[in-house]
Amino acid sequence: MPTKSGPSRRRFLTTGLVAGIAATTAKADPITDVQPWAQGLGKGVDERGYGMPSPHESHVLRKSVPWLVAETKSSINFTPLHQLDGIITPNGLAFERHHSGVAEIDPAEYRLMINGLVDRPMVFTLQDLMRFPRHNKVYFLECTANSGMEWRGPQLNGVQFTHGMIHNVMYTGVMLRDVLAEAGIKTEGKWLLAEGADAAGLSRSIPLEKALDDCMIAFKMNGEALRPEQGYPARLVVPGWEGNMWIKWLRRLEVGDQPWHHREETARYTDLLANGASRRFTWVMDAKSVITEPSPQAPVSHGKGPLVITGLAWSGQGVIPRVDVTLDGGINWHKARVDGPSLDKSLHRFYYEFDWDGSPLFLQSRAHDNTGYVQPTKDALRVIRGEVSNYHNNGIQTWAVYSSGEVENVEIS
Amino acid sequence: MWKYLSVFIMLSTPLAALNVGRIASPLEVAAWDIDVRPDGLGLPEGAGTVAEGEVIFEEQCAACHGDFGEGVGRWPILSGGFDTLTSERPIKTVGSFWPYLSTVWDYISRAMPFGYAQSLSPDEVYALTAYIMFLNDLVDDEGFELSRDNFLEIPLGNEANFYDDDRETTEYPFFTDACMSKCKPSVEITKNASGKDVTPE
Repeated sequence: MPTKSGPSRRRFLTTGLVAGIAATTAKADPITDVQPWAQGLGKGVDERGYGMPSPHESHVLRKSVPWLVAETKSSINFTPLHQLDGIITPNGLAFERHHSGVAEIDPAEYRLMINGLVDRPMVFTLQDLMRFPRHNKVYFLECTANSGMEWRGPQLNGVQFTHGMIHNVMYTGVMLRDVLAEAGIKTEGKWLLAEGADAAGLSRSIPLEKALDDCMIAFKMNGEALRPEQGYPARLVVPGWEGNMWIKWLRRLEVGDQPWHHREETARYTDLLANGASRRFTWVMDAKSVITEPSPQAPVSHGKGPLVITGLAWSGQGVIPRVDVTLDGGINWHKARVDGPSLDKSLHRFYYEFDWDGSPLFLQSRAHDNTGYVQPTKDALRVIRGEVSNYHNNGIQTWAVYSSGEVENVEIS
Repeated sequence: MWKYLSVFIMLSTPLAALNVGRIASPLEVAAWDIDVRPDGLGLPEGAGTVAEGEVIFEEQCAACHGDFGEGVGRWPILSGGFDTLTSERPIKTVGSFWPYLSTVWDYISRAMPFGYAQSLSPDEVYALTAYIMFLNDLVDDEGFELSRDNFLEIPLGNEANFYDDDRETTEYPFFTDACMSKCKPSVEITKNASGKDVTPE
């Protein structure tokens, strides 16, 4: 175990992760100089027609894991959870998953078709869609493969990579049921096929009950137009269900009496168990949480004393009434403080503040949802599913915090 | 197309309240409605043989999937992997894992070849599907011709091993542990991520 005064402490202080913070602190103190921004004039209005973050935040980026996939057009990157706070993901940092690259769609040429078991097959323009009553909802979108690389054990040393296939934004859009009503669903209709306009033509079968309940067609995220990488100009919103179903660049909805069993609901996004059988249609994202700070990419840089632990919790079943945090790997737990809005099927932000004595910690968080479900351990999931299912890993995450402040992704007894 | 004839008979139904959007023409529906289902709904007329599929596969697919569907680099493996589903490293191919042949036809037709989607004719898609069946020992004759007429005759082997989500009974009742104090006697690290060298900068 590294100690505060040992060589690893010195090495730690010179690493890139904390060098920036250390340098800033050294230069600013004592605060006797007139700082340049307090003297000269800053840039005027209109310098930045679309405002961007401070150049000091240029390291806050989505990142991919190059070895995961064959190439970048059928790939995924990760939201930098360790650098964000609150519950809303900035639009430019929301993780991306594309199966054939980003479709760049001219909104004037955008069309949505509804066909199949309907009274009237219909075509809508984007302008048509915006004439339906609009609704605003904050929902998390989690890729089913989030934490999927960790089924066999800790692999990736960073919450961005272990848990960053998630984002949470406010959608503005129209209810899917209102749009479907224009076409008129026939009584034998039980399923809906949603299909994207990208070169993957990504398609998923959705039970009509869900489609008519809370699904939306969204055209805005956090107040502005959807980003191209999030499905501009219109995407499907399927609250609480796996991200792959939230069809981007939505081009067609077909009503049918059976599911289609397309590639993304058979060959992919099914859960292979240890006995060789596979669960299909595992749509709901179960309750999950993770501590975002401290975490391997966000070590403790200030030594002992007051320490803020923070993280995210969510459930596809509804809200998170409670999050527990442990400092000792689950011997004793403490109720964390959920701060900010507690919205249905949205990320929740939690905090646990305490006075750190500098001794090593095993940090975990445990989410409870409104159904009484309590986030299980990874081993409890493995007992039932094995280690090869790739998807739906919502097990409790452990971070080892060493006396040096360094943090490592571990599993514990 | 035939599957939507009934739709157009119903056009006299009163329009819904908003009267937004317009009716899709039969030509438009035919052009966009590309999906295929396990019961064969959506399959167009057409046919193609294993031998024809092999030629197309070598030209348009083998660069990523390998000449025999073995996969190049991290591109998907299409063939083999039999009896690996219970192993530590399952190989999930059309032959070892996929439940429905219609999924192969639908996916090739909508998304392949990668970067030139929706460019293959129905005959070519039938031929490629037949070749992938051949690579997976589902047919052994290079002269075998797959068509809409015989499409449902050869089922894939793994269909019976898929079942609907059962977490509500197999997991949810057991995931309620909320012990708050003295939950275990001690804690030790059992596995860690250090030294694996797989985390990006």
